[in-house]
Amino acid sequence: MEHEIAIQMKNITKTFGPVVANRGVNLDIRKGEILSVLGENGCGKTTLMNMIAGIYYPDEGQIFVNGEEVTIKSPKDAFRYKIGMIHQHFKLIDVFTAAQNIALGVKKGRYSLKKVAAEVRDMCDRYGFQIDPKKMIHEMSVSEKQTVEIIKVLYRGADILILDEPTAVLTPQEIRTLFKVLREMKKDGKSIVIITHKLNEVMEISDRVAVLRKGEHIATVDTKDTSEKELADMMVGKKVELNIDRKDPVDPKPRLFIEHLYVKNKEGRYAVEDVSFTINGGEILGIAGIAGNGQKELLEGIAGLQRVSKGDIIFHNPKKNKPVTFFHKKLRQIKRMAAEGFFHDPQGNKVDFKGKSNKEIIRLVNEEQVLFYEDEIIDLRHRTPRQIQELGIKLSFVPEDRLNMGLVGNMSIVDNMALRSYRKGRSIFVNKKRPKALADKIIRELEVVTPSDMTPVRRLSGGNVQKVLVGREISSSPKVLMAAYPVRGLDINSSYLIYNLLNQQKEKNVAVVFVGEDLDVLLALSDRLLVISGGKVAGIVDARKVTKEEVGMLMLSNAKADAHAVKTAAENAAEEDKQ
Amino acid sequence: MTLAVWISFLAAAFNLSAVFLFGSTGEIVVEKSGHLNLGIPGVMSVGAAAGCMTVYSLMKAGITSEFALLFLPMLSTILAGGLMGLLYSFMTVTLRANQNVTGLAMTTFGLGLAGHFMNGLKANFGKIASASYAYKNFFKVDVKLGDTGFVNSMKQIFLSHGFLVYFAIIVAIVAQIILSKTRTGLHLRAVGESPATADAAGINVTAYKYIATIIGCAIAALGGLYAIMEHLFGRWDYVCEGFGWLSIALVIFTIWRPGLAIPGSIIFGALYILKEKWLVTNETIKFAIKVLPYVMTIIVLIITSIVGSKKAQAPGSLGTNYFREER
Repeated sequence: MEHEIAIQMKNITKTFGPVVANRGVNLDIRKGEILSVLGENGCGKTTLMNMIAGIYYPDEGQIFVNGEEVTIKSPKDAFRYKIGMIHQHFKLIDVFTAAQNIALGVKKGRYSLKKVAAEVRDMCDRYGFQIDPKKMIHEMSVSEKQTVEIIKVLYRGADILILDEPTAVLTPQEIRTLFKVLREMKKDGKSIVIITHKLNEVMEISDRVAVLRKGEHIATVDTKDTSEKELADMMVGKKVELNIDRKDPVDPKPRLFIEHLYVKNKEGRYAVEDVSFTINGGEILGIAGIAGNGQKELLEGIAGLQRVSKGDIIFHNPKKNKPVTFFHKKLRQIKRMAAEGFFHDPQGNKVDFKGKSNKEIIRLVNEEQVLFYEDEIIDLRHRTPRQIQELGIKLSFVPEDRLNMGLVGNMSIVDNMALRSYRKGRSIFVNKKRPKALADKIIRELEVVTPSDMTPVRRLSGGNVQKVLVGREISSSPKVLMAAYPVRGLDINSSYLIYNLLNQQKEKNVAVVFVGEDLDVLLALSDRLLVISGGKVAGIVDARKVTKEEVGMLMLSNAKADAHAVKTAAENAAEEDKQ
Repeated sequence: MTLAVWISFLAAAFNLSAVFLFGSTGEIVVEKSGHLNLGIPGVMSVGAAAGCMTVYSLMKAGITSEFALLFLPMLSTILAGGLMGLLYSFMTVTLRANQNVTGLAMTTFGLGLAGHFMNGLKANFGKIASASYAYKNFFKVDVKLGDTGFVNSMKQIFLSHGFLVYFAIIVAIVAQIILSKTRTGLHLRAVGESPATADAAGINVTAYKYIATIIGCAIAALGGLYAIMEHLFGRWDYVCEGFGWLSIALVIFTIWRPGLAIPGSIIFGALYILKEKWLVTNETIKFAIKVLPYVMTIIVLIITSIVGSKKAQAPGSLGTNYFREER
């Protein structure tokens, strides 16, 4: 059967600096179809669609609309070719009504909001939307806002609608309504492209599926001829062997117990639900999952940066046979703990300080004559982020824009080092000697390319900024190191440098948590792999034995929607574990 | 206090209100594009200086036509204000300089520049002041002073003023209509609320910002001209500056609505006159009264913040420069 083609992309390539977002993509969008563009995070699916919508301009390749070659340089151009995109982050003005937002930037006829409202109602009737044109955006729910965005695009006469992860923010009922609307629009002859990574939705709504992997177009298949399994395999691809030197963990001991943890996100919904796992010292625990499935909230919950709603975080401070110090504890605390039998002296006798004066106790502590009998057990909930940091639990999180967390862009590397240490020392002046030494060490050892250690961090390239960030956390000799996306946007050599750093930490008996995007790296670097999906643990597997496909299925299982798949995959992994 | 005093008090308040109304309408137009222009005092001073210089050169050339004496200075004031606006928007829109810093620099620059020219004209202030009849008499209705009959009182309060008072109200009303009823206004507000959204909708953000700033500054500059022609008679130092800051306060006081600025400016005018002329002789109380407009502004700010209505807030992107991320 012949299909009329609405948009044809030929050999599209787009690079951002050294990173290739799309390479030689050929893709057709037919008239009157629903096409899913499927792929992992960072596979270039949004970038590809942004090039049709006029946000980006391709470096190479051609775009044809209805058979004619076109150049689309701005969203305005895209609208001229009747292409409209609904972005993940809505572009609406909060203090305007729906009608005002819809009318924005459109110059047709006399300006009359009544006319706009009438047209909106028309569209609502035709496609089954529900919206009040006079309602203010800030009074609307997320799904209503999305509806406004769709109407906005339709109002400009778009025939091709691109929706970027439209279901990410919706409840199941709202998703059903949205799908109904989309089917109505398809019947009306509109072409609809859905960017997504949810397999079950792909199977439900789309006519065809285009799979992208690492910027390349793998295949486009008819939905009815394929299965979730086949799609998942296409998404994650064959395993790539990486040359990461992974040693077996030596004597891993539990360091951090996470028990039934619940953390809410900014919108007040649970981003982390009932997550339980253990982090061992001397081991790298990888966390795999599609971005935005609760990784950030989980780590920030542990680091004390986000309020934990429910659950426990128990930290086993490896203090056995180590001297107690006044660094974390006040004299009163030490006396109480001594009475409860926490300490012994170097000869192995219990210390209870009975009948000793404060002066004597201080002397004993300072002379390191008081040792811990067992590892110290600390509940991290209700501790401040600063206390948690001082206990040696460090988080280095590299957000998408890289500069927003942990470093001050306008300050030099030295000053950024001092941010962690300025509380030490008694003088009112900041001691810059040690931060400077540390900065120089990081520059030397991590090969940070910078004119000097006094250059503002903002001026460094992204990779170098990351080296500074990760280097600083590692230098503080942590007990637990949580590195989230530490290689985001780095070239291969810098990435390997960071992997080696993490491995070194592991050998120093540090408990390392590594949140990554690239499955190959996760499988090659971690000892155990925790797969998170929809804020829940989809499985904890042995990274040495599990296959990439299994992890892929777990990642996509979205605990709620596809509980069955989770189970089987997890069971498979568990069985392999036993063998 | 007699009725006659009250009436002349209100008339004077209404008379002065035009200064604030020009200043705040201009500033509202600028702020609606998302730019906080703290340079208004400077803009008003430069506007005043440009007007005075034009009047002086007209008189020197022997032109005494009321029409010329009224409109040519207005034109030069508008030009001078527009140029200040162009400078401000070049700095903040194109060069993306910090808005607060640029605004304050514009104020010091404007005051210095105006001061330079005004000092040169000092000897001729009397002459210039004598030309202000053009402002006072154009459109003016004659009233019998001391007659406290209703019709005459109303005439005295509302109709006994020069042309610029009515022009200020017209400008405010037109600005309000454009902002709330037209597509241009919708687009301008969108630019001020969220330039990224406006940009994505195909609105030329830079053009809107430039034009709004230039028009706004031109309007504000008229406030300076009015102040110097109607009220100052040779006193110059620091006065335009005070009016400028009060105009910016009035913007907040009227929660960014030129329509509300009309009654708001009369209130500010009354409070300003209160200390200047009537009713109070005690110096301490005079100073206390001087603070009143600012106190009221803070109260309004507190109330709108507590109520938290989204409609009564400053434009969303006020104070932050926009630049489309180039990737």
